[in-house]
Amino acid sequence: MTEAFRDRIDISLTVNGEPVEGRVPAGRHLIDFLRLDLGLTGSHAGCEHGVCGACTITVDGQAVRGCLILAAQADGAEVWTLEGLTESGVIRDLQEAFVARNALQCGYCTPGMLASIKELLDMGGVPDRAAIREHLSGNYCRCTGYEAIIDAVETVAQARAGKGAA
Amino acid sequence: MTISFGNPDRPNSYIGKTVPRPNAPRLVQGRGKYVDDIVLPRMAHVVFVRSPHAHAKIGAIDTAEAQAVKGVLRIFTGAHIAEVCTPWVAVLAHLKGLKSPPQHALAVDRACWVGDPVVAVVATSRAAAEEAAALVEVDYDPLPAVTDMMSALDAETPVLHPDMGDNLAFRRLHEEGDVEAAFAGAHKVVEARFKTARHTGVTLEPRSILVDWNPAEGQMTAWHATQAPHMMQTVFAKHLDLPEGRVRVICDDVGGSYGIKVHVYPDEVATAAIAKIMARPIKFVADRLESFTTDIHARDHEIGGRIAVDKEGKILAMDIDDWTAIGAYSVYPRTSAIEGNQVVNLCGGPYDFANYRAQTSVVFQNKTPTCQYRAVGHPIAVAVTEGLVDMAAAAIGMDPVEIRRRNMYADDAYPVTSPAKMRFEGLSHHASMDKLMALMDYEGLRAEQAELRKKGIHRGIGIASFIELTNPSPFMYGIGGARISAQDGCTVRMDPDGSIVALSGVTEQGQGTEAMLAQIVAEGVGVAPSKVRVITGDTQVTPYGGGTWASRGAGIGGEAALQSALALKASILEVAGAMLQSPAEALDIRDGQVVDTATGEARMPLEELGRIVYFRGDTLPKGLPRELVQTRHFITSDYPFAFTNGVQASYLEVDTGTGEVKLLKHWCVEDCGRIINPQLVDEQIRGGIVQGLGGALYEEIHYDADGQLLNGSMADYLVPMAAEMPDMVIGHVETPTMESALGAKGAGEAGTAGAPAAVMNAINDALRPMGAQVTAMPFTPERILRAMGQIED
Repeated sequence: MTEAFRDRIDISLTVNGEPVEGRVPAGRHLIDFLRLDLGLTGSHAGCEHGVCGACTITVDGQAVRGCLILAAQADGAEVWTLEGLTESGVIRDLQEAFVARNALQCGYCTPGMLASIKELLDMGGVPDRAAIREHLSGNYCRCTGYEAIIDAVETVAQARAGKGAA
Repeated sequence: MTISFGNPDRPNSYIGKTVPRPNAPRLVQGRGKYVDDIVLPRMAHVVFVRSPHAHAKIGAIDTAEAQAVKGVLRIFTGAHIAEVCTPWVAVLAHLKGLKSPPQHALAVDRACWVGDPVVAVVATSRAAAEEAAALVEVDYDPLPAVTDMMSALDAETPVLHPDMGDNLAFRRLHEEGDVEAAFAGAHKVVEARFKTARHTGVTLEPRSILVDWNPAEGQMTAWHATQAPHMMQTVFAKHLDLPEGRVRVICDDVGGSYGIKVHVYPDEVATAAIAKIMARPIKFVADRLESFTTDIHARDHEIGGRIAVDKEGKILAMDIDDWTAIGAYSVYPRTSAIEGNQVVNLCGGPYDFANYRAQTSVVFQNKTPTCQYRAVGHPIAVAVTEGLVDMAAAAIGMDPVEIRRRNMYADDAYPVTSPAKMRFEGLSHHASMDKLMALMDYEGLRAEQAELRKKGIHRGIGIASFIELTNPSPFMYGIGGARISAQDGCTVRMDPDGSIVALSGVTEQGQGTEAMLAQIVAEGVGVAPSKVRVITGDTQVTPYGGGTWASRGAGIGGEAALQSALALKASILEVAGAMLQSPAEALDIRDGQVVDTATGEARMPLEELGRIVYFRGDTLPKGLPRELVQTRHFITSDYPFAFTNGVQASYLEVDTGTGEVKLLKHWCVEDCGRIINPQLVDEQIRGGIVQGLGGALYEEIHYDADGQLLNGSMADYLVPMAAEMPDMVIGHVETPTMESALGAKGAGEAGTAGAPAAVMNAINDALRPMGAQVTAMPFTPERILRAMGQIED
């Protein structure tokens, strides 16, 4: 470990709508800061090099890999994890659709999957199945075979569009 | 007490309905509890120093620099761990001749694959342990590595384990009928060589374990991402010299298993040993590179196959020569000979033919050990069988569906015994094929394929019939001496508020075990599924059982749940009869109420019965049994396994310019007996299919000639992702097993069993007009272009 990684950095950010301050090693990834320092275990580490998507969280409105961003880089950012998204109710329809369609099995990919889907749904409109598949092409799920997830997203996108039109 | 499954309007008819999973809302809200989420007081972290060599003598180990890293607590070598932990030998008595050397939790003198754990570093944080591990100096003296499967037994190849005498771990030859005569007299003989690549499971949650040893209580507790808590209890007790009753294994949420998490891993046993030495909680979570180098691998087979048919397309004989290389050790305690053994058992499975020869040769090599992974042996056997059947059909100019119809066991032929000596209680190959044809509009697709071919678009249709082994009896492991339970149990109790708690020995890996059990118990007792709380995955709490493997949860665990629920219902009605002055036989329980069976009139809610039994037992007749808790166990005994069957179809397009395959659609018709939850069954099949599609198109662990693993990351080992996967149509035929009242067989592996064969046949169907054929998985663009002669270097 190089000396630079031993440096500790003061950070101040918003996590799930609450102000958070921390003093973190420079090498601390945001996913580890959330899980180890804040106890937000709803986000999962899967591959730790940005491929599997399990650690996807929302940083300043964008879906971001929690293992590819340092906690220090999140200084001043607005971070949302599944815990906060759940409490705020913004993806309740999506969560209900996941349960109804059994769009999860072991649940390990689910938090990251939901963060990526939220980003897609926030863009508005009703993406077709190919577009949903393409958007989720960075989120690995070994259990479901993806179809149930695509179905759930399609259902929610259609329902939201219907509500918007009504 | 029985259930009239034939009547969909029966009371409490939850079996057969799609009921939401009780544990799913927790997981979509980020409230799961996986091993790495658990933090205990004084918990320390262990990181392993692993061999960078495929084969090397271990010399001096210098830990001085590592020990100086801030946060490091202890460093252990193989010799240290061996003082408290005995080695194991993974053999089974019924796999005659299987041999494997003793394996230690940490390698002692010799490292045998890249990733073999050599030194354990324990620190107060994972980061400190990783930093220190990088500073441990091990003197390795490299030894010649055995890496090629087909030359492993050659005289000039070094013997990997000198004590074993040679590199042959296991060989089995099965012969039935007169194979040579059948081939000699056949109308056509077709032969081919097949390869299935080395895979690994890539569970998204890496292997994880947290072990605490409390010397004051004399109790070890392991929070373990496992499929078989009771098996692990036995293993820890045996090898760490603890009474079995003083080891508790808890399995909360598990982030994907697929067979990967049903084995004994040396680093996990070392973690338990370290916890015992240090008397504090020790956590080990594999990182992704460790997952690739130390999770079991599977499916590394090369197979020569021949099929003989007559003019009418009847199969006369099959001859299979299967080779597999299992790495450096047979994996404990299930062994690494099962996969090859399954290939011998399963080839030709759907077909009624007389002459069969199959041999498997299982060899050692200096690579990661292989063992049982979802659909063990099936994807290999089905690919070889269905590949040969398609080639035979092409050779005699017959439609691939027609040749199957002419050879599959008739639906009224059962019970039958196959030439591999597998006993089938009841299968539905023809009904399943009929259903598939209708679902996919086979004739329509053929017409579309022909039209597009005229335009230079090369589409293929591939069919794969299969059988799948489920509901295993002790014939799988127990008779070989392994302490792996084929029996499973369930305890069901009613609490004062009328709610039901069910404790089961089968486990939840995400497949929906708890939902399935809740439905069965709800119907068995007569309450809504929401009134049933299911508890699994705790050896100190649940009845003893086998856990999750070989598609046994619903068929074995489900029947135990049904029988315990019916027994509880009888107990409740006995009390109710005394309270209501009515014969118990005249009463029933419906939706949480005791009712008159004949009229359905409500007589008493269960919570009132609970109140009386638990708090006013004085008002009940003295001596009245009031046991509102019942336990039942179930084990199959008429058949060693409950075979299921099914048929899959793949429709795809081959880009003849790039060699790329685009999956357009996939179908599966499957017969798993009684379906308990249609949605969960369909999603097991879909997930299984995609796991099989990964094997067909993408997944392959690469090693170089020195035994270095070349693609140990998720960027390099390709897995199926959403964009490339097709939508899948699932259909069912239901042939319940008569071995149980529930009638359920397994459904978890059928998708994986048949998908690679369907894709292979579809690709070859597309390529056949060009005279090309592929048989080595995965079917990469390069392999397809080579088969077409477009790459020749």
